[in-house]
Amino acid sequence: MVVDTLTIGGVELESRLFLGTGKFSSNKMIPQVVESSGARVVTVALRRVDLEFPEENIVNFVPKGCILMPNTSGARNATEAVRIARLARASGCGNWVKIEVISDNRYLLPDNYETIKATEELVADGFIVLPYMSPDLMVAKRLEEAGAAAVMPLGAPIGSNRGLKTKELVRILIEEISVPIIVDAGIGRPSEAAEAMEMGAAAVLVNTAIATAEDPVTMAGAFGLAVKAGRKAFLANPGAVLDYAQASSPLTGFLRDE
Amino acid sequence: MSFYAEMQRCNIVKLTSFLDSVGPKEIKRILAKHSLSELDYLALLSPGAEDFLEEMAWRAHRLTLQHFGRVIMLYTPLYLANHCVNSCLYCGFRTQNALARSILTPAQLEAEARVIAATGLKHILILTGESRQHSPVSYIKDCVRLLKKYFTSITIEIYPLEEAGYTELISEGVDGLTIYQEVYDEEVYAEVHPAGPKRDYRFRLDAPERACRAGIRTVNVGALLGLQHWRSEAFYAGLHASYLQQKFPSVEVSIAPPRLRPHIGGFQPREAVTDKNLVQYMLAFRLYMPRGGITLSTRERPELRDHLVKLGVTRMSAGSCTAVGGRTNGENATGQFEISDERDVAAVARMIYNLGYQPVYKDWQRI
Repeated sequence: MVVDTLTIGGVELESRLFLGTGKFSSNKMIPQVVESSGARVVTVALRRVDLEFPEENIVNFVPKGCILMPNTSGARNATEAVRIARLARASGCGNWVKIEVISDNRYLLPDNYETIKATEELVADGFIVLPYMSPDLMVAKRLEEAGAAAVMPLGAPIGSNRGLKTKELVRILIEEISVPIIVDAGIGRPSEAAEAMEMGAAAVLVNTAIATAEDPVTMAGAFGLAVKAGRKAFLANPGAVLDYAQASSPLTGFLRDE
Repeated sequence: MSFYAEMQRCNIVKLTSFLDSVGPKEIKRILAKHSLSELDYLALLSPGAEDFLEEMAWRAHRLTLQHFGRVIMLYTPLYLANHCVNSCLYCGFRTQNALARSILTPAQLEAEARVIAATGLKHILILTGESRQHSPVSYIKDCVRLLKKYFTSITIEIYPLEEAGYTELISEGVDGLTIYQEVYDEEVYAEVHPAGPKRDYRFRLDAPERACRAGIRTVNVGALLGLQHWRSEAFYAGLHASYLQQKFPSVEVSIAPPRLRPHIGGFQPREAVTDKNLVQYMLAFRLYMPRGGITLSTRERPELRDHLVKLGVTRMSAGSCTAVGGRTNGENATGQFEISDERDVAAVARMIYNLGYQPVYKDWQRI
């Protein structure tokens, strides 16, 4: 039997769809979307977490059983990202963190170099670190070396819904980097999420495309199915890397008999 | 380098003749583009674009959803003091106006802060008139120190400071700056600011840049609509926002389109700025700067504000009061201008939810 699980930070994840939460019309949508999509990792921006206002505190709407992954939205450099991560942990948000270091408000493109610095420091501090980055092989290698639990390259700028504009660069990361590659940002349709999974991405993170759909709950369900379909397609590919040894050589096996 | 140099490139006469020359063909071409130039923005502000407002609205609505989500951030203003040495013709606080001048003591400030904090709001905008004697930077800094206990984000709307002044307030905990040029037309600026330090046009114009260099996180700029022809003023305000964003990419830049409101003194606007004009301005700006914020205050009446939620607004004030100490001792307090939307925070939040959006009470904290 094929064993196909995604393990990050020692946790086996049932779903390869990660969910962003910043753009919903109401926090009450979050549990509905989680249920519909099957997502088990949910990101929240610490800047939105309000422990003094429970009725509006976004964290209280993330279902138990999900892994809460605070992100460092608002960080302009590594120092700020590290501070935000520590504040999040101190606020009871756990030790997973998605690093977002963005000093470009026009396109929200991440600062790869500050991201590396933040990753190094937070890994050393015991965090499970998932850095958001612009796909660049050398940067991804540095992040892997620094101990990142996964690497999260953007498909297209945040909020653009433009799909896998960075496809070829992401493909290279999937081939060369051994930690999970999770495509984050820019995925606008379930078909694009499936495309990323078919290429071999370990997971995808979606926020805008679900939150801004007319029917976010149904759209979340569609994304959940698309991610599963894409993963199945990847595994069905003759070139797929499986967790068990494949002994048969159907095309050239006859040569052994010579 | 200053935004002033950018403005010098624009010739007001050519600007006016350009506005009059824009026709449907140009607007359709612009609306098919992904990324707009300055001239495209100007064209969308022209009379020629007025027949295309519905199409602009749909694009602006979609762009705002993509970049900001179904979210409106809430804040409220808190006036610390109304002493002022300026003579701005359009302002209720001008030095010539007979109104009770006051400044909040720490106890009064704390009382106001508690009332506001009880609504759940975490973003506060603090304002003063211009008086280095009564409300110097040291006083404002003391207020920030107190307010930090209640609010996770503090924006200032005060007289322009040198960079050192902004550095000092940012160190204490300020993260945002709102400063309106009031009017970008230099001649009209001189007319409506006959006396006082606010006469210094360049010092005010360059204030956002000084704050950005000092490390401010958010900047909100704009013109007070009605002082000069709105199309050119909207153009300069948009250009100003774009200039700041390009020069300081890490700063969150937004504009506000305040329209003149009734106030003590009764200065009359040069031209009436209609609701349609206001909408056109907001839509054009959203298409020009898809990630620029748009702030809408309670100067506008409730019904209009409700409609504008889906047209690009990203921040709204609620539960506003423009009088010093007006929330706790409103009997004798005179505000800077008359508020039009008097709904409290809970009512505005309900309205936003009813429209299918989420009111956000907290979107930043000091780190």
